[in-house]
Amino acid sequence: MDVTFWEMIWPALGRGLLTTLQISAVALTLGFLMGIPAALLRVYGPKWLRWLSVGYIEIFRGTPLLVQLFVIYYGLPDLARALEGLGIEAQFLVLDRMLAAYVALGLNSGAYQAEYFRSAIQAISSGQIMAARALGMSQFQAVTHIVLPQALRLAIPAWSNEVAYMVKYTSVVFIISVPDLLARGQFIISKYYNPMEILLTVGAIYLMIVLGLSTIMGKIERAATIPGLQMEVERG
Amino acid sequence: MDKLPDILGSLPYLLEGALLTLAITVLALISGFVIGLPLALLRVYGRKPAATLAAAYSTVLRGLPSLVVLFILFYGMAAVVKLPAFLAGCVALGFCSSAYQMELLRGAIQSVGPGQMMAARALGMSQLQAIIHIILPQALRLAIPSWSNEAAVVLKDSSLVYAVGLAELLRRSQQVAARTYQSFIVYSLCALIYFAMTFLANRGLDHAERALRLPTPLEETAH
Repeated sequence: MDVTFWEMIWPALGRGLLTTLQISAVALTLGFLMGIPAALLRVYGPKWLRWLSVGYIEIFRGTPLLVQLFVIYYGLPDLARALEGLGIEAQFLVLDRMLAAYVALGLNSGAYQAEYFRSAIQAISSGQIMAARALGMSQFQAVTHIVLPQALRLAIPAWSNEVAYMVKYTSVVFIISVPDLLARGQFIISKYYNPMEILLTVGAIYLMIVLGLSTIMGKIERAATIPGLQMEVERG
Repeated sequence: MDKLPDILGSLPYLLEGALLTLAITVLALISGFVIGLPLALLRVYGRKPAATLAAAYSTVLRGLPSLVVLFILFYGMAAVVKLPAFLAGCVALGFCSSAYQMELLRGAIQSVGPGQMMAARALGMSQLQAIIHIILPQALRLAIPSWSNEAAVVLKDSSLVYAVGLAELLRRSQQVAARTYQSFIVYSLCALIYFAMTFLANRGLDHAERALRLPTPLEETAH
């Protein structure tokens, strides 16, 4: 690829990359906010909340992200219409494509993150909670002061995998026409008809971002590590 | 709700799509295994350049979105060879999966103690014999839980083939949704079918893991 062509396509690809990173960041944050309570409820919650959390986690881990995106982007407005027919106002179910992407990827990531956090929480021996309770802490205090500071550290390796997964999986939003990196690439292809060149460029950008983020997460992991406190998790 | 019979009538059509989804998944998993296993062996037992090459292969493919790999094979290669959507889908998912399978197989191979390899060599086996008769029979069993995870991932990722127009489960759901104007019900039904498939696949592989499990030394002496 010559320099002038690269200069011509870079602004578009750069904007797409920003969208990709933005969606990944929002989805990861939303996923974190969903994942922590879901994990805590699954481990410590009363029975019915435990089931609710298991239901959420299993549904989102057991179905493809693309299908979740379709249910949220195409399905919910349809549900809103049906509810309106019954006289219930449900306009909030109609999401624009960007919002649908945030919600779908966020909920999806939340379910995976919940499982990472759960196994990290369960790796902290229950004796520590008992000891904390014996020292007069409430269950909530024991969880926030004793369990989570250790569990969150344990979850970092799995969490850094999740960061890489999210960046890669944001590419599915291209299918509902969100202008992410892949969508911008496709647009350039339709204009200049040079699919191989552009796709390899787009792939190289994804690769560099994923490798860069993994390096950063590795640094964070080492900085936050407590000697002797480690475990392994994988995404499935 | 008046569309419900129509949607239920489309169920066989959707299930046919689910069969195609399963076919893509199985072929992608098999090709991923066929590529992943030798690479994992190279990574563990190979000479330096081969091991590095295998590691690079895995890093690159694990850093690329499956959708991009699929598009490279389907649109990018179109100028050279026009791959049919089905083949492009199986090969793309197979490549992506091969990198993950390589990693999980490598982990399993490495968790069989290196002493066993030394013992086999000391008994006069070649390295290849030791790998085939001593290491792999244990490593492949150890790999089943992670492999079952990977099978679920590939099954879910097979929905990406939607993007190249293959009439698998999601594409057929979209057709039914467009015809009946019942997106919510149809896509939820589609999700349910995927859920049932991942659930059954996991259960099946759990079962396989238990059936193939080797007895621990303690259990063996009890017999």
